Amino acid sequence: MALLEVRDLTVVFQRRGEEPFRAVDGVSFDVEPGQTVGLVGESGCGKSVTSLAIMGLLPKRGAKVTGTVKYDGTDLLKLSDKEMRDRRGRDLGMVFQDPLSSLNPVVPIGLQVTEVLERHRGMPRKEAMIEAKDLLDKVGIPDPNRRLKEYPHQLSGGMRQRALIAIALACRPKLLIADEPTTALDVTIQAQILTLMKELVQDLGTALVMITHDLGVVAGLCDEVNVLYGGKVVEKAMRHKLFAEPRHPYTHGLLASIPRLDAAPGEKLTPIKGSVADNIPWAQGCAFAPRCPNALDVCVQVTPAEEDQLGRLLRCHNPVVPGTPAAEEVPV
Amino acid sequence: MALGVTKKEKIDGLAESAGVSLAASAWKRLRRSPVFLIGAVIIGIFVVLSLLSPWLAPHNPSDPMLIGQVVKARNEIPPPQPGHPLGGDLQGRDFFSRLLVGSQQTLVVGVGATLIGLTGGLILGTLAGAIGGWVDSVVMRIVDVMLSLPSLLLAFSIAAMFAKPSQFTVILAVAIVQIPVFARLLRGSMLAQRHSDHVLAATALGVKRGSIVFRHMLPNSLSPVIVQSTLVLATAIIEAAALSFLGLGNPDDRIPEWGQMLGDVQNVFDTHPQLAAWPAVCIIIVALGFTLMGETLREALDPKNRR
Repeated sequence: MALLEVRDLTVVFQRRGEEPFRAVDGVSFDVEPGQTVGLVGESGCGKSVTSLAIMGLLPKRGAKVTGTVKYDGTDLLKLSDKEMRDRRGRDLGMVFQDPLSSLNPVVPIGLQVTEVLERHRGMPRKEAMIEAKDLLDKVGIPDPNRRLKEYPHQLSGGMRQRALIAIALACRPKLLIADEPTTALDVTIQAQILTLMKELVQDLGTALVMITHDLGVVAGLCDEVNVLYGGKVVEKAMRHKLFAEPRHPYTHGLLASIPRLDAAPGEKLTPIKGSVADNIPWAQGCAFAPRCPNALDVCVQVTPAEEDQLGRLLRCHNPVVPGTPAAEEVPV
Repeated sequence: MALGVTKKEKIDGLAESAGVSLAASAWKRLRRSPVFLIGAVIIGIFVVLSLLSPWLAPHNPSDPMLIGQVVKARNEIPPPQPGHPLGGDLQGRDFFSRLLVGSQQTLVVGVGATLIGLTGGLILGTLAGAIGGWVDSVVMRIVDVMLSLPSLLLAFSIAAMFAKPSQFTVILAVAIVQIPVFARLLRGSMLAQRHSDHVLAATALGVKRGSIVFRHMLPNSLSPVIVQSTLVLATAIIEAAALSFLGLGNPDDRIPEWGQMLGDVQNVFDTHPQLAAWPAVCIIIVALGFTLMGETLREALDPKNRR
């Protein structure tokens, strides 16, 4: 049994007097202990909402969450608020996008680390401080004794993200959800943070759900990748398979729009035309169809079903034939 | 500050990031502000004088020692004379001593009313901002009603409800009027905190709701409230003086109070304007001092002015 089993997770946002909006539409995936699973997609595809739904952090009013999220056999969505609070931070950790705004500006780093230890492991403050020092040491923050007394604004961006990772891992959760943990950092720091996360995940055997729009991050870190579009998983495969042979036109387009080292000088990048605003509802066909270079008539009439193709899940009427070069150039 | 940063400022900036708290960096900016210094000096002198006034006052402020010089029929009062630099008042008491000791009442009323108002505002604002929902609606409607009445009129009505006016009723009346100001301010910044990333992050760590409110939301919402309280001190002093002036203050005129001193001399204002001018000037200077300090404090703590 997988550590985390997400089945048919659907999140519908409903405001009075407005059409309900399905931000996440039947997403299913498994995470094994020690495995890293990526959720990839552009802004608005539902990846962050998926993570918030798993953590039970969506507002009670206005967001309807259905499906099941089984963690170690218990359905997290059925737990009471109190039970869920006890699990957050202890069983499930989360690292957010912006390390500065995710730390409390008026509380020293040390207290923010010990807060979790005191809460979930019942440690007295003194003992927790020693543990906090070890944690900061482990995530590679130099001079941890001094940093414990400092405030978030006195730390550099990379150090803040390291501190957040230390806080998230303080209680050794079996599952860590990282929501674009490197977006707010510059490239060299990104690499350091990713290496750190990789090492920690391996050392502690933590399962990691990596949410990102950066395929570079996916390539470096993830074992399995779920590509989301319009709230649905459109392609799911092991990392190597996905990068070597993207079958869904969206995945194909994403990969084609990345600059390559082996490209000829002067060669233009191939963007995916249009924007998320062009989507059609999944009920009427394929949400990606209006932007898809491979679109057929059937794509705007019938919702594509999820098909299992040799260990790869694909939701497409007309997938890219293996070996096709990047999609044709779109005049801008 | 983005353009033309001097080397000195750069170095200061580095020192700041190397280990100085937010309060310390605000203090650094305040220390260089002349307006703040003026306000601080005024308040400093005022506080020291009022605390030491029982010993500094040359005479007993309630002793009608110059009553012999008061001639009601000719509307004469004791003029300034050796030992009595400002002369006497209508009852022949030493005016300078009354002015000096009067500062004590002003300080007590101002600080007392602000503290009570602040406490009430903190409780209501925290309730509204932290719980939200119907609690928020109920609290905020009450606050709206209170704010819709002119503050002086409201304070006047509250003070008039008490059968026996005293110093405490003045403090209470002024304090109640300040509660909605604090409550609304705190609720606003609590709401902003509720949707902030670090509160979400704390929630994601399973931190208990009480800790989220008192450790994460409240401390981050306090700075506008603290600044407001220095400004409210000025308002409270003026409003307390106004209540005393209108006769709703402490009826016991053995304990001098500036507003009451003003009220007592209404009838003789055209012949002895100095009796009103001195307490009025004192009230204005003290209120100005608190306002100057509050305004500069607000500027120094404003995140928009920060690096």
